Amino acid sequence: MNFTFDLNTIWFLLVGVLLTGYAILDGFDLGVGALHLFAKKDLDRRTMINTIGPVWDGNEVWLVTGGGALFAAFPEVYATAFSGFYLALMLLLLGLIFRAVAIEFRSKRESRRWRQSWDVSFSVSSILSSLLIGVALGNIVWGMELGADFEYAGSFLALLKPYPLLVGLTTVALFTMHGAIYVLLKTEGELQAQVRGWVNRTIVVFVVCYTLTTIATLIFVPHMLDLFHVYPVLLILPLLNVLAVANIPREIHHRRDFRAFLSSSASVAALLALFGVGMYPDLIYSNPIVANSLTIYNAASSPKTLTIMLIIAGIGMPLVLGYTSLIYWIFRGKVKIDSNSY
Amino acid sequence: MDALMLARAQFALTIAFHYIFPPLSIGLGVILVIMEGRYLQTKNELYHRMTRFWVKVFGLIFALGVATGIVMEFQFGTNWSTYSRYVGDVFGSALAAEGVFAFFLESCFLALLLFGWNKVGPKMHFFSTIMVAFGAHFSAVWIIVANSWQQTPVGHHIVAEGGRVRAEVVDFWQVVFNPSTLDRLSHALMGAWQAGAFLVISVSAFYLLRKKHQEFAKASMKIALVVAAFASIMQLWTGHSSAATVAETQPAKLAAFEAHFENDEPAALWLFGWVNEAEQEVNFGIAIPGLTSLLTHGDSKAPLTGLNAFPEDERPPVNIVFQAYHLMVAVGFGLILLAFGGLVLCWRGILFQARWLLWVLVFSVVGPQIANQFGWLAAEVGRQPWIVYGLLKTSEAYSPTVTSGEIMASLAMFTVIYLLLFALFIYLLNEKIQHGPVDEAIIDKGVRP
Ligand code: HDD
Ligand code: HEM
Ligand code: HEM
Repeated sequence: MNFTFDLNTIWFLLVGVLLTGYAILDGFDLGVGALHLFAKKDLDRRTMINTIGPVWDGNEVWLVTGGGALFAAFPEVYATAFSGFYLALMLLLLGLIFRAVAIEFRSKRESRRWRQSWDVSFSVSSILSSLLIGVALGNIVWGMELGADFEYAGSFLALLKPYPLLVGLTTVALFTMHGAIYVLLKTEGELQAQVRGWVNRTIVVFVVCYTLTTIATLIFVPHMLDLFHVYPVLLILPLLNVLAVANIPREIHHRRDFRAFLSSSASVAALLALFGVGMYPDLIYSNPIVANSLTIYNAASSPKTLTIMLIIAGIGMPLVLGYTSLIYWIFRGKVKIDSNSY
Repeated sequence: MDALMLARAQFALTIAFHYIFPPLSIGLGVILVIMEGRYLQTKNELYHRMTRFWVKVFGLIFALGVATGIVMEFQFGTNWSTYSRYVGDVFGSALAAEGVFAFFLESCFLALLLFGWNKVGPKMHFFSTIMVAFGAHFSAVWIIVANSWQQTPVGHHIVAEGGRVRAEVVDFWQVVFNPSTLDRLSHALMGAWQAGAFLVISVSAFYLLRKKHQEFAKASMKIALVVAAFASIMQLWTGHSSAATVAETQPAKLAAFEAHFENDEPAALWLFGWVNEAEQEVNFGIAIPGLTSLLTHGDSKAPLTGLNAFPEDERPPVNIVFQAYHLMVAVGFGLILLAFGGLVLCWRGILFQARWLLWVLVFSVVGPQIANQFGWLAAEVGRQPWIVYGLLKTSEAYSPTVTSGEIMASLAMFTVIYLLLFALFIYLLNEKIQHGPVDEAIIDKGVRP
């Protein structure tokens, strides 16, 4: 199991980049949702939603495009994972639909019941979405029961094992922490002071979950360590990860919120990098029959398609990064509610 | 029902619901560009107010388009896994390109369109409006490329290894410009322009009838009527051109459009009718002999392939396809009449008093929606039993591991959510329309809920 830098590996990296982009960007969106109900005043809740107002849709496109890229580059994985996780994915769709419309609908009417219903659905759907994304990743790490035809042979309940559930909780904790720090950046005054009080708690919860997940991974899913045995230099990744996480409370303490946000973004990226290194070259680990695993070779599209896609990504991604940065730049600074806001 | 039928029902429900919104965004996008362009050109506040109002409507429509679109993106994998394995190499690229090129563009500039009024200058805002409209068209391009390839697959070869068969790309540009792409793209886009234009027409007519916001309504109506007239006549042309392509590439579908059973005979054109599939005849109908032959081959005596040329299990269900197709065409002619009628009366200065016509225009908004839905229905059901024409059958394409119970659950979920969303959409749209365009100078001062 060596690392070979070929087209398939490039696509492994690129799908990873898309997922990382998604986790960093939509991660804080989902985190804001998870915290939403803790804000009690109507104006505060409105402000919370408007911190992500101009960007949440663009952030979600990272998931949509990640799905598209997976379909194009590794159709077998797209087919196996999406049909294998059927009910879980339907719940995820439920979550994503309600989140999208809750953001759009919430402030359209004055009625308290109206607003409360959408507040709850925004929050619950954000938590549900984060949890399900985490559980899916956890299952991919733990291994799914794949047949020789690469179809999932297990049941829905088999997806709810303790390890994937733990990864799910860790994901919720991670996004909540990330979202709380983001809210610090975008708000001021009373609301900001209130959120500042929450941040440390979210960090503690995340660190506990993170530690448990790490221990569980070391004990129960040793195949995640294979590549580290071959290339010990990769151990720098977990090190960086720990440093990034440890740096967050420090920056928060010194009120350097932006640097804290960079740090938590780096933690998200490092976690996904660890996940990637652990999986490589598998995309879905098959458990118990390891030979049925989907890898970047047996699940891939033809070299021709991978090349075409590389050209598409080469033209498209710089543009995407360009206008994403533009939007974040234009909407920098603290949120002000006006007649255009949600 | 078995898993296959349930999966088909779910696909039909979710795509049909999704397809209510994108055409509106595409069409309204064009109209926004015109309105804001007029504003920059004339500096007339009226155009500014028009743009502000329609942008708000656009935001609502867009949100629903996004919420329902994500379902589509996942559904190929969840419910059509065998299909995904088979076509991923070809089809996936188009879907991914849609994300990279179109969705990012749309969603980023949408932020400026909706929230950027006080953040960027008028020129930059106008640029964002153009980019959003452009992005919406671009997403249609890629999804239609993907869909057209499965209607008329070329540019690929079939590879079989280890008992697994799949299509692989040989020539990317041939895949992109497959025989039906351009016809279907232009036709779908014009259908979208009609959808947007008739929405604006309908709301404007309503204000005129209610004697509210008259100046606003008249100016909106004029712009929309011009777009509607252009798109409606183009729709006839692109539709005709689509039909000619179908005759060439999917003869069984064309035969179903016109219930043409006898092989190698000249085909008539039915104005309407009810197909009796068992007896192979059309009841209660009126036909113009030879017209279909004339339209497709320029000769009313030209023989056309009939349904009987195909084995029974390779024929689409005829009556559904026939009805859907004829409904679309009938509505198409109706819309041409309305758009040009409206334009002529407007030009002669009597439209805004013609209350009966204004009432018709209020309801005209459903016309393009009906034609769009039934157009797809005709195109997609007419392709059956194939999912990838001539290569893969729908009955072989679904996810073998997903049980009918699971699909029943998700189908029930989508039905409930979509009914709820539709009710909320109509409710909020109605509130917006009742509220009407407000003087922005007033609302910008205070915090409006
Ligand atoms: C990119 C691909 C694509 C696009 C843009 C569309 N479809 Fe489609 N459609 C399919 C790809 C597809 C499919 C995956 O190929 C299905 C699933 C089952 C099948 O037979 O074809 C299908 C089936 C399908 C069916 C069921 C047909 C049957 O089972 O007999 C209906 C009613 C529609 N579609 C309707 C639509 C509508 C209203 C669309 C408007 C947007 C549409 N389709 C766009
Ligand atoms: C099965 C086919 C389809 C899939 C998989 C699909 C997928 C999607 C997805 C994922 C989104 C949300 C993107 C976001 O988050 O911003 C979306 C929105 C959109 N789709 Fe679709 N779509 C399909 C059919 C179509 C068709 C046929 C058209 C046009 C002809 C279209 C045009 C659009 C547009 C313009 C949007 C932007 C939102 C809106 O305008 O309402 N889509 N689609
Ligand atoms: C005026 C007469 C019209 C004619 C002769 C016509 C013809 C056609 C034909 C032959 C197809 C099938 C194409 C295929 O299967 O590849 C089609 C599909 C379609 N039609 Fe029409 N059409 C007309 C009006 C309209 C109108 C008014 C709308 C909507 C406002 C519309 C929307 C659609 C859509 C969305 C499709 C499916 C997408 C496609 O295949 O392009 N059509 N039309």
